[in-house]
Amino acid sequence: MEAVIAGVIGLLAACGIYLLLRGRTFSVVLGLALLSYAVNLFLLAMGRLAIHRPPILASGRTDYVDPVPQALVLTAIVIGFAMTAFLIALALRARRETGSDQVDGVEMVDSVTRLEP
Amino acid sequence: MIPIIPLIPLLGALLPLLTRQHGRNACAWATAVGAVVSLALLLWLSPPVFKGVVLQSGWQWLPELGLNLTFRLDGLALLFGLLITGIGLLVILYARYYLAERDDLSRFYALLLLFMGAMLGVVLADNLLLLLVFWELTSLSSFLLIGYWHDRIDARQGAQMALIVTAAGGLALLAGILLLGHIAGSFELSVVLAAGETIKNHPWYPVMLVLILLGAFTKSAQFPFHFWLPHAMAAPTPVSAYLHSATMVKAGVFLLARLFPILAGTDLWFYLVGVTGLFTLLFAAYAALFQHDLKGLLAYSTISHLGLITLLLGLGTPLTAVAGVFHIINHAIFKASLFMAAGIIDHETGCRDMRQLNGLFKYIPWTASLAMTAAAAMAGVPLLNGFLSKEMFFAQTVHLTAMGDTSWLLPVLATVAGIFSVAYSARFIHDVFFNGEPINLPRLPHEPPPYLRAPVEILVAICLLVGIAPAYTVAPLLATAAASVVGGPLPSYSLAIWHGFSLPLLMSALALIGGAAMYWRRRRLFQLRDRYPLPDGKFLFECGLTAGIVIARRLTDTLENGSLHRYLSLLIGMAAVVGVVGGWQGGFLTEHQLFQPVDLLSLLVVLLLALTAVLTVFWQRQRLVAVVMLGGVGLTVVLAFVRFSAPDLALTQLTVEVVTTVLLLLALRYLPLDAPLESTAGRRLRDAGLAALAGIGVAALTWGILTRPPQSELADYFLATSLLGGGGANVVNVILVDFRGFDTLGEATVLVIAALGIAALLSGGLPSSTTLSSPPSGIEARWPLLLRVSAGLLLALTLLLAAYIFLRGHNLPGGGFIAGLVTVLALATQYLAGDFHRTTAQLALNYQRLIAGGLMLIAVTGLASGLFGYPFLTSTFAHIGLPIIGDVEIASAMAFDLGVYLIVVGSVMMMLLEPGRPEAMEFEWKP
Repeated sequence: MEAVIAGVIGLLAACGIYLLLRGRTFSVVLGLALLSYAVNLFLLAMGRLAIHRPPILASGRTDYVDPVPQALVLTAIVIGFAMTAFLIALALRARRETGSDQVDGVEMVDSVTRLEP
Repeated sequence: MIPIIPLIPLLGALLPLLTRQHGRNACAWATAVGAVVSLALLLWLSPPVFKGVVLQSGWQWLPELGLNLTFRLDGLALLFGLLITGIGLLVILYARYYLAERDDLSRFYALLLLFMGAMLGVVLADNLLLLLVFWELTSLSSFLLIGYWHDRIDARQGAQMALIVTAAGGLALLAGILLLGHIAGSFELSVVLAAGETIKNHPWYPVMLVLILLGAFTKSAQFPFHFWLPHAMAAPTPVSAYLHSATMVKAGVFLLARLFPILAGTDLWFYLVGVTGLFTLLFAAYAALFQHDLKGLLAYSTISHLGLITLLLGLGTPLTAVAGVFHIINHAIFKASLFMAAGIIDHETGCRDMRQLNGLFKYIPWTASLAMTAAAAMAGVPLLNGFLSKEMFFAQTVHLTAMGDTSWLLPVLATVAGIFSVAYSARFIHDVFFNGEPINLPRLPHEPPPYLRAPVEILVAICLLVGIAPAYTVAPLLATAAASVVGGPLPSYSLAIWHGFSLPLLMSALALIGGAAMYWRRRRLFQLRDRYPLPDGKFLFECGLTAGIVIARRLTDTLENGSLHRYLSLLIGMAAVVGVVGGWQGGFLTEHQLFQPVDLLSLLVVLLLALTAVLTVFWQRQRLVAVVMLGGVGLTVVLAFVRFSAPDLALTQLTVEVVTTVLLLLALRYLPLDAPLESTAGRRLRDAGLAALAGIGVAALTWGILTRPPQSELADYFLATSLLGGGGANVVNVILVDFRGFDTLGEATVLVIAALGIAALLSGGLPSSTTLSSPPSGIEARWPLLLRVSAGLLLALTLLLAAYIFLRGHNLPGGGFIAGLVTVLALATQYLAGDFHRTTAQLALNYQRLIAGGLMLIAVTGLASGLFGYPFLTSTFAHIGLPIIGDVEIASAMAFDLGVYLIVVGSVMMMLLEPGRPEAMEFEWKP
């Protein structure tokens, strides 16, 4: 299972980074979201994989997964959302200022291939 | 006591500024106080030093870094200290009468004292890092003093050049000293000086030596770093006399002398220091002859004499070291007096050009006599101090056998240098004081005020005294200073004027006759020089500087070209490189053990995750589809959280996922729905390669961690104390609101800052909408009836759910974060189901106030624990028995969690509402 999980976290990160490197703001937002999923899963994995061992104390149970990474990830999820929201606001502001959704605010010359409706 | 010596002038630098309104004399007296006290202290402490004792004192400063305020007073430090304070006093007197009424005397004196303190610090420091601090301070004060007449462009350029060259050397010196301290195991000179053999045999010795020499050579204006010194002559003449001949430029040779016992004696030292010194000696003596500027001649002569001292130290024998120290003394005295004499001539005639200055002897006979005596000392005429050290130098070159078959070369070159030195001294004497009549002088000179001349008289008297009776004047000081340079028993040497007929005497005679002859035939030499001009150091320096700026700018433009793609590629590429190198060296993939078997359910979740992620990338240009796919990834992550025992995370992710999707859809109203295919196949391939590389790195890292046994100390601690210390069974929630409450406060604040930032970013309005094909015909028709009707009911139910999740959070999955997000969903549904303005009015919620209330609540809860004498955010809990309901637990952490709840609701609602404003709906119609 460890190899499968490591592989899928790597795949999520790779997909996220590929989208981060695209030239349009919306792709960057999507990429960052994917990368946050990868990071959150990675942080959770720091507590090792465990099934049916939630860190909720109950009488008769002694076997719990490490709660510390979960506490970190919980706030990370919320802050990750804040970052996505901020990036969206930035993208909207940039589009208002430059009229473009290109990340550098400059339309490339060969963007004539834009799909016409 | 010793630390006070440099401290007094440094603090005393304030005195001239404080006394400026009491007139120039008061200012000069106030300045002199600092120098006199330091000089008196030195003399008071000197008797044991003459007996060979090394005085040390100081205290610790930053012992972790090896930087301490430790000082030492040995023979070398005493010699330099006396030169600095003694000549400093004379310069203070001289400057009082030299500087014009319109010049700001107090600023000049303040800088001069600053320099004096810094220079005393250099020579008295026992700690090498401390020495470096003072070293840089001398560079800075030199910069300010050269640029004293800051309205003149040559002063500014000269100051800048001096600072760049000496500060660059200072950087090299810093690196060298760090290496030296590393090798010797300490930065204290008392330790370092005892580790000579270790240092010389260390493999880093060559690198360290070159770095230290770079510092010394730039400071002491050795070729090829000499060019800054002639341009530093733009400084007022007292500064030239003090810093740029007697003291600061000697800091480099001081350092060589200071480290002589531990660095000298190797072949590398011999060739690097010796050859640099020899070449500088010859080259600068040659260049000095052709200077038309009086101070320019003296500047090149200074470079040449510094080269001579460097050469003597470079030869590396105890006797040459003695000669080097002796020449340091003699040069300081005769060159300071020469500069002051040149300053008097400049002061009296308003001109420094030797082509105009002729025949001044009959106007200023007394000053002329003094200047001629000092110049004769510079030329090495017998019965003057310069003769003695030059004779010692000649004698050493004759006896040196280190160069084997070419040993004859050194005495020959030494004689050539002597000839040039006599020739330029002759030019100084003959051109200025004789050689016809003055040409077009601004004014004809008179004898200067007696106090302006007095320092020159004192210095020339010392030249004569040392020259005539060395054994009764300079001998003890020389012996004690040389002893601390040699670092062992002193070799036997004689300071007698007459050694009988010998080869050195013949060399001296040859130099005198040859120099006179050369000056006699100077026209031929001038023609030769005009045909083969020397390269202009300033020009080359400026070319180098310009080239450096151009290269730096190009590099910056390449790295920082304004393209996000470039930055991210560099960042990710670098991270991948670091990761690969680290992983390779760390070997964390070599050992592994597996804990969790593959099961079908987990495998399904993972496959779904992979599929949705890949599809998000695949459909990224059809953005609506991409948002759906991204939502799929998020929901699958929720499943993963559920599967791997993280119920709190699953709840959080679920609610966040819904809010994120709403937000992305809102954003798509203002961004194109479809993206163009604009990047080339090559670039896509390159990006994919980079992404794959990074992905493999992340996977390897995860694998490396997952396959080694967990460290469970922290987990065990929190699991054991959660119920007892925090009063809750949900350990994740207890960590968040209790154990790590301060962290959570910080993270909640980040959320607030993001919300405020978004509000600020979008306060100017939104971009024009891109997706609305037509304005809806009837406003009401836009909201489905069913949704509108059920929304009110949903609100009540969802809020009830939120309250339930909040209350159970301490013991079961839930808590403030999740309850807050559920509340956001309830509120957002109201906006989806109805008109924006009407909903806002109906809800009547002020989200900024909600945020502020949440923060206040957390702060009050945190501070309340202070009332009972506990640290900030300490929590408490109690069980209360209520009728009917039964046992209820009240925890103060609940108030904290309520604060978190309010912050989450306020912030996330702000983030949603800002881009959700309906104003944007009324934008232009697009086909």
